[in-house]
Amino acid sequence: MAQTLAQKIIARAAGRETVAPGEIVTAAVDLAMIHDSGGPRRVEPILRELGVGLFDADKVVLISDHFVPGDTDEGARILELTRQWARERKVAFHDGEGICHVVLPERGHLRPGMFVVGGDSHSPTGGAFGAYMFGVGATEMAGVLATGEIWLKVPETILIEWQNRLGPGVVAKDMMLALCGRLGMDGGRYQAVEYAGEAVMALSMQERMTLSNMAAELGAQAGLIAPDAKSAAWLAAHGGEAGDWRWLNTDPDAELLEHHVFDAAALEPQVAAPHSPANAGPVGAAPPTRIDVAYIGACTGAKYDDLKNAAAILKGRRLAAGVELMVAPSSRRDQERAAADGIMAVFEQAGARILPNACGICAGYGVDRLGEDVTCVSSTARNFRGRMGAASAKVWLGSPFTVAAAAVAGRIVDPREFLAGGGAA
Amino acid sequence: MSGRVFLFGDDIDTDQLAPGAYMKGGIEALAAHCLETARPDFAATARSGDIVVAGRNFGMGSSREQAAEALKHLGVAGVVARSFAGIFYRNAINLGLPVLVGADLETVADGDRAALDLDKSELRIVDRDLSVRLEPLPGNLRRMLRDGGLVPHLKKRFAAERTRETGR
Ligand code: SF4
Repeated sequence: MAQTLAQKIIARAAGRETVAPGEIVTAAVDLAMIHDSGGPRRVEPILRELGVGLFDADKVVLISDHFVPGDTDEGARILELTRQWARERKVAFHDGEGICHVVLPERGHLRPGMFVVGGDSHSPTGGAFGAYMFGVGATEMAGVLATGEIWLKVPETILIEWQNRLGPGVVAKDMMLALCGRLGMDGGRYQAVEYAGEAVMALSMQERMTLSNMAAELGAQAGLIAPDAKSAAWLAAHGGEAGDWRWLNTDPDAELLEHHVFDAAALEPQVAAPHSPANAGPVGAAPPTRIDVAYIGACTGAKYDDLKNAAAILKGRRLAAGVELMVAPSSRRDQERAAADGIMAVFEQAGARILPNACGICAGYGVDRLGEDVTCVSSTARNFRGRMGAASAKVWLGSPFTVAAAAVAGRIVDPREFLAGGGAA
Repeated sequence: MSGRVFLFGDDIDTDQLAPGAYMKGGIEALAAHCLETARPDFAATARSGDIVVAGRNFGMGSSREQAAEALKHLGVAGVVARSFAGIFYRNAINLGLPVLVGADLETVADGDRAALDLDKSELRIVDRDLSVRLEPLPGNLRRMLRDGGLVPHLKKRFAAERTRETGR
């Protein structure tokens, strides 16, 4: 029976030859990722109540990011509890090294074909490496940690094919905002989205991660990209191991729920108006909008490639009067690499404030938050009302190019106007 | 038990259900701000047995299960919606909060007195003697809800496993 990539991974994890969409199966978890917010403070009391330990400490990765840097009393206490738990439970722990979805593959924990659950909604990011990875809440995670397994309804697959190549100044974030606008926030119907086509395979691994990451905004369970030589090489370079990945693809005659085809070459930079990623459209069609704050951050929009793109616009330029630019690089490694390449210096010279390698304003859990009536343009994934601070704040979403361009123009503007020299990555 | 219907629109997100600024504290403080951006009086006026009825994609966004926990804490007996975001749906069942999908919710009005019947998969509008049909829950989720959520469900399973082991 012809199978999709999603079906193949789930069948393997469920100990079956094949599985059919709609079937409810129980699958063995290859890896469980948790963070400081939904992790120890929430799962430990449940494990105690159940009277059991971890199913396998070697298959659990803990990453602190939501409450880093612990700038509130409660946040600091949660971080301390997180650290203590890591010691006691003897799990792999990345403390203050960056945002979980970026740190997990960067530190070699992911492999193609893995069946992974993460205690965070952007867990589909792992799909960029050909892992079936999805997000769950803390109680469900406690169940996984206790049993090593989880139930799921075998998803149908929505194939999203991007033909041709993206133009200069247009990136994965624009592809995803366009998709949110086209398909809506429930367009993924909690099924598996799979991205394919020339434009997708031409993307760097970090750009592919942005596609998989924002499968969450489409309401999909997973956001997969079939592994290829590029992903295998990337994993090898990051202490991971690709293993045998050639079976990880959707059979040509596998049944699909939907198949969408888009032309990457025709895509323009996108922005999403407040308060939903689905309010997306070409940046040129946005109403004149002055901005107060520009934010380059989150697992979605502050990886090395994102920083490099933003810097291509900011180089030799200053922030517009009255605009505050904040940059929270997704991981320490990405920040170090960006520093070595002179990218961090570009931000500093432009007048940006650099925030810790953590969720920062994206989660809105700490001290840094958007104030009343502020208009912000952000490289993050979500612009729900009140998420990043005051309910009166208005957040526009855009690519790192678009955020950087807005920071120097003081208003939302097509970033390609600043890329005449062809500075695009 | 019947309660009052609170009607909401499409795409109610987890930042409205469980605002980030209150995620550090306990559920009590968080629940007091549940849905305040959509409806400022909700947390203060919701009573035990009340029912949330909403449009498409209820609970979209974050995996924070406090979104479902806050509703439960306020006494909400269940959520009926045209559709749910997947993670929220799982979280609600895991916490023992009934969540049911209904296609024809136009007849339900804000403030209606209503009761949720899980066995019959319907929402009864008490005063108007009207029943709205809902999609039946899959068997595994019905069992989990009947046990009171994932934790009591697992406790039962572990207890059964222990009995089997000691019985051998
Ligand atoms: S950066 Fe934002 S989207 Fe990413 S994990 Fe943190 S809070 Fe979630």
